[in-house]
Amino acid sequence: MRRNGPLALIFHTIFVVVMVAPILVVCLVAFTPEGFLSLPTNGFSLRWFRAIANYPEFIHAFWVSLGLGALSSFVALLFAVPAALAIARYRFRGRDALAALFLSPLMIPHVVLGIAFLRFFTSAGLGGSFAALIIAHVIIVFPFALRLTLAAATGMDLSVEMAAVSLGAGGWTLFRRVTLPLILPGVISGWALAFIQSFDDLTMTVFLAAPGTETLPVRMFLYIQDNIDPLVTSVSACVIAITMTALILLDRFYGLDRVLAGKGDPGR
Amino acid sequence: MSGLAEERNARAPWALTAPALMLFVGVLLVPLAMTVMLSFHDWGQYKGIEPVFILKNWQEIATDSYYAEMFWRTFRIAILTTLLTALLGAPEAYILNRMSGRWKSFFLLVILGPLLISVVARTLGWALLFGGNNGLVNKLLMSAGVIRFPIPFMFTETGMVVALAHVMMPFMVLSVWAALQRLDPQIENAAMSLGAGPVTIIRRIIMPQIMPGVLSGAIIVFSLSASAFATPAIIGGRRLKVAATLAYDEFLNTLNWPLGAAVATLLLVALVLIVVGSNALIERRYAEVFR
Amino acid sequence: MAYLELDGVAKQFGAQTVVDDFSLAVGKGEFISFLGPSGCGKTTTLQMIAGFLDPTRGAIRLEDKDLTAIHPAKRGLGIVFQSYALFPHMTAAENVAFGLEMRNVPRNELAERVRAALAMVGLAGYEERHPRRMSGGQQQRVALARALVIKPSVLLLDEPLSNLDAKLREEMQIELRQIQRTIGTTTILVTHDQNEAMSLSDRIVVMSQGKIEQIGTPQETYEKPVSAFVSQFLGKTNDFAGTIDRTAIPARLVAGSWSAPAPAGLSGPVTVSIRPERIGFGDEGLGAKIVTRIFQGNHWLFQCDSECGPAIVIRQNDGERQPAEGDAVRLTWRPEDMSVRARTVT
Repeated sequence: MRRNGPLALIFHTIFVVVMVAPILVVCLVAFTPEGFLSLPTNGFSLRWFRAIANYPEFIHAFWVSLGLGALSSFVALLFAVPAALAIARYRFRGRDALAALFLSPLMIPHVVLGIAFLRFFTSAGLGGSFAALIIAHVIIVFPFALRLTLAAATGMDLSVEMAAVSLGAGGWTLFRRVTLPLILPGVISGWALAFIQSFDDLTMTVFLAAPGTETLPVRMFLYIQDNIDPLVTSVSACVIAITMTALILLDRFYGLDRVLAGKGDPGR
Repeated sequence: MSGLAEERNARAPWALTAPALMLFVGVLLVPLAMTVMLSFHDWGQYKGIEPVFILKNWQEIATDSYYAEMFWRTFRIAILTTLLTALLGAPEAYILNRMSGRWKSFFLLVILGPLLISVVARTLGWALLFGGNNGLVNKLLMSAGVIRFPIPFMFTETGMVVALAHVMMPFMVLSVWAALQRLDPQIENAAMSLGAGPVTIIRRIIMPQIMPGVLSGAIIVFSLSASAFATPAIIGGRRLKVAATLAYDEFLNTLNWPLGAAVATLLLVALVLIVVGSNALIERRYAEVFR
Repeated sequence: MAYLELDGVAKQFGAQTVVDDFSLAVGKGEFISFLGPSGCGKTTTLQMIAGFLDPTRGAIRLEDKDLTAIHPAKRGLGIVFQSYALFPHMTAAENVAFGLEMRNVPRNELAERVRAALAMVGLAGYEERHPRRMSGGQQQRVALARALVIKPSVLLLDEPLSNLDAKLREEMQIELRQIQRTIGTTTILVTHDQNEAMSLSDRIVVMSQGKIEQIGTPQETYEKPVSAFVSQFLGKTNDFAGTIDRTAIPARLVAGSWSAPAPAGLSGPVTVSIRPERIGFGDEGLGAKIVTRIFQGNHWLFQCDSECGPAIVIRQNDGERQPAEGDAVRLTWRPEDMSVRARTVT
């Protein structure tokens, strides 16, 4: 492998600095001792982190986001695992169309989904409810749950299952004792990626959330709309820290490039 | 006669996919259809939504130049963002791919990681960096002598493109990275042994091969930028509207749902056509070589 | 005088020595094989000649010019890679033309040379085909044409046939040999396949753990291996423990009940190395019992339990009656068919 030249390394350095700068600046400003937005030049202070405690809307929104992400990712997997097994194993009419349908939430702009769900759930009398949020999030995280489960199911050696069948296992036992353990890494990673997607979604959720069911990104967004002060940077810093932790765990556990290869890429 | 195993094979996939299929039909296709219907309904300040079939909203979008301007701005921002990510992301992916193992995975994490960090937090970072005329970015550019007067970033398209490019960059790097992984590791050595210099190798050997990756990355970046909400809303403020923020306004401020639905439907249709069309073009163009 | 010369070449990656003290003189037009198991340093040596790696020590000279001082793009060597490394976005003709374009060969001459090169490897009519639409064998030929069309001073082949199936590999071996003999390009082949090395090369360089074990013609290395490694790597062999008795007059080499006049030079414990097809069944010699007898079409394979341990014998299927399983036999061979090495007693 050829080495990178000095020009390439300068380009790379600037690129990385620019990629990291906005995230870094948020984290730095969060530690400011001043009462206004500024870089902490006069020492670090935790006052804005403590200030979060006096703003219960953020705390509440955090718990809503956490519960919503965990629950909707789990529900999505309940639907996605059987679907992934079917798509991975069987060649049947309509297979490609089904796969395209299941991945379609990646292609549909979230603003459109937000509007469609708002209209739908308002007509159904569920407007602004937590249940409506769960159902909507199940749809948007479904492609991520499906992709990683599908990758695991496709890579699985089918003869292992045949061996289990020949030994007398069948139906539920076969799934619980043989299939599930083998695809588990994919399923767990699918859950984690789905969770992050749900936890981060603003565009769709901003249409559906009502006071009381506002998620953290929605609360942050609405707060920023009114004014930007150091409080929102300290909240952001917490969100960044949580995501980074999840990210590093995911990388150790499964390999980040494999996880991310399943993200984006609509219509494929 | 079909045997027992065959019969089971015919039924099993449908039994397994039925729950998900019902979920998608019931909670995705029905709401989408309802939205399209909604765009044909009437609306008045005092009467609210009237479930009739009229073309009023579509006529308004077609005739009022405000909407044409807004859609043109949306796609202009998306195109510029796509170009910026391709111009910077493709070389970076190439440089990244040439690094040795440990550095490679470290920087990959640094560059792809932001993909999973809240868009609100990332855009907030840009708002802080732009921060008026004496924001950090302007100070830096001026002290480096790149510009003499501060560039307005907040509430401008320039700022939106820069922040959006940052948000979308990981998709481009990832897409080109994937294309680079498919390259024969000896291909550069092969070209070199035949007498090609570094520029020729990049121009004639590497570029043509990663082009499908750049293009599919461009499709992702374009479609996500054209429908982006958080970044235009925060950087653009209430003045500079794009399709997504306009639809949001119609729904949650003006409460003219039918008009908002029409904007959203148009955005969806336009994007689907562009994405499907360019995917088909790319596949036709590269079918001979890569399939 | 040597055309290509490697002089004490060594390569280290960190503390690990991958190639050590590699010296070889290649004559013009010669076909040399680097043969050894994976990780023996043969590919590293090839890459140093190609210029993709720099030697840690030693010199590489081509016609007395220091090759290591020349950029790989200017060395003018033709290389066929294990993966072929064809340019997938170019047609077969464009692939072959690439090296000529880099040399600014005029358009007419270029077209003619590309056509001739593809015809030489039997691919006339495939000019417009893309590599992904070609079979492995055809891709291999394009790679060969691409390397040869620039009239390289040396042709380097890095396991070029290892991705082909057995039958195709044999065909390509014959073809490769014919092409090389016709155009007379000095060629170095890296391979782990001893049959390939033996059927193609003028001389074989057997390598193990970064060092040269033996340099010789295929026949020499096969029949007179200088070490246990060489004899075992180049096909099946029997190693019997024997002794040279210098007290007897004349001195004798004894292995079990088999004995022969002792060769000059050695004494005490020795290893007698003898190829299975050179052993016959006789009235006297090494006592053995046939354990299994396997019919393999043109020959029989016998696994025997001999006085000196397990032994393999291969006999041509010439219609003669062969001993059966369980028969007691005597193994015998001509002294000139064996090679004898000193044996350290542990």
